[in-house]
Amino acid sequence: MSWQQDTALATLSLSQASGAVTARIDRFRRFIPPLVIILLWQAGSSAGFIPARSIASPATIIVTFWSLLASGELLQHLLVSLGRVTAGLVIGVSTGTVLALVAGLSRRGEDLVDATMQMLRTLPFLALVPLFILWFGIGETPKIALVALGSAFPIYLTLFAGIRSVDAKLVEAASVFGLSQSELVRQVILPGALPSALVGFRYSLGTAWLSLVIGEQINASSGIGYLVMTARDFLRTDIIFVGLIVYALLGLGADQLVRIIERSVLRWRPSFVKA
Amino acid sequence: MPLSAALHRTTAEPVEAARPAHERPDVVRIRGLTRSFGGPNILDGLDLDIPDGAFVALLGRSGSGKSTLLRTLAGLDPAPAGTVTVPSERTVVFQEPRLLPWKSVWRNVALGLGGRDARDRAVAALQEVGLSHRVDAWPLTLSGGEAQRTALARALVREPRLLLLDEPFASLDALTRMKMQGLVGSLWQAHRPAVLLVTHDVDEALLLADRVLVLADGRIATDIPITLDRPRRHGDPGFIRLRAKLLADLGVDEFEGDFTAQAPARPAAGRAASAGVAVPSPAGA
Repeated sequence: MSWQQDTALATLSLSQASGAVTARIDRFRRFIPPLVIILLWQAGSSAGFIPARSIASPATIIVTFWSLLASGELLQHLLVSLGRVTAGLVIGVSTGTVLALVAGLSRRGEDLVDATMQMLRTLPFLALVPLFILWFGIGETPKIALVALGSAFPIYLTLFAGIRSVDAKLVEAASVFGLSQSELVRQVILPGALPSALVGFRYSLGTAWLSLVIGEQINASSGIGYLVMTARDFLRTDIIFVGLIVYALLGLGADQLVRIIERSVLRWRPSFVKA
Repeated sequence: MPLSAALHRTTAEPVEAARPAHERPDVVRIRGLTRSFGGPNILDGLDLDIPDGAFVALLGRSGSGKSTLLRTLAGLDPAPAGTVTVPSERTVVFQEPRLLPWKSVWRNVALGLGGRDARDRAVAALQEVGLSHRVDAWPLTLSGGEAQRTALARALVREPRLLLLDEPFASLDALTRMKMQGLVGSLWQAHRPAVLLVTHDVDEALLLADRVLVLADGRIATDIPITLDRPRRHGDPGFIRLRAKLLADLGVDEFEGDFTAQAPARPAAGRAASAGVAVPSPAGA
């Protein structure tokens, strides 16, 4: 029995000694599968197993990315796309916010607004693309309108629910301490609804990108979507991949932006307080 | 003092060391207050006067309407029948602290206060409750006792003439509760607002109040002045006597649940029966 215990002890000390190293390997372990996939992909492309007209090689994509960046073409299209998303978001989020305030803060407002919004919400808004082309033509308007429409609903729904779920006891206490109706809204109800509204804002950003992708396929002459659509005509899968990467990075950046906003406006939350 | 109020206090006049109660004006006057929530009347023609600076404890079984009475005085519940006169300078400390989590401690205390000195006043009130080190903290980082002391500071900073306490110590642990009771007692002696303390704890009422009421059947059923010297002690014979009386008025047998005590001398049929169940009978063995 004693030798068994000895081996057990030896294993234990070994694993303790290598603990720091294992932790470092653990951290990078998650990057191993994607790296392996990219290497296999590159090997397959180089060996001619993967035709470039279906999937460009990682090396080509990187080179194309760099040349598009260097020529300023990518930046130009990116700015156009960002401009569309920003314009659509400003219109959509502010409309959704105003409607949620009207519906959330008064019963009469709820009767007037909420039922209509709930009905429209069930409609897949991308199905409106043909109508938007008929109404707004094929310029900038239908693209921005699509982004605005897609991003209005998430913020409306979450802000409305957030306003209605503010703790009634807090509202009651604040009214005892002499807050007027407008102070009550500004100091109690809106801050209370903010966490939920920020979740909605994050959803709004998500649908905004989705709407942009669809919108930029409507006869665009600039923007990341245009870049991708033209690349398709010339079988340039490398450019299509660059477009996909840019969309992914934009989505990631938007999420990071909301995180930063949350960190500053919800800094009273214990999870942020301790951090 | 109006005749009806004088008649009402036939039991006894609350004795106050500084100034006799009958020389002080009433800050609260309730006549014929009736309130129901669809069913039988919770409050049924209730009359009550609270003189300026008096510390009144209101006891009652759960569902007796003591919280309804407090909410009516706070202006949170309508008084459909009867007349209620209360000062406009009134504040409440609720059972839960009810602090706004997105405002720092001092901003919670200064809630609704205008003026440039709002922060100074809030800090002074926080100092009085021993929280000067948490002025800029977020409420969610406070302990239960600290949060309730903040709520107390928020009430104090308004310099109320009537302070309504709705079971403010009920959700605190025993040690914190004792400290808070001491704090409320000393703050009352320093500022002398009229206090209505709603509680279900007879000991708490006897420790703090100079008049104890028991609410039953929608009216003030018992109204006793507490003339014990301060600071009060649980073991004091007068304290024990009053405790027994109030518990009896609340319909509680003082020895009920006290397993170390001998069976009470007075006849208690229900208790004897339950004891019979608890002890295994020899026949069954």
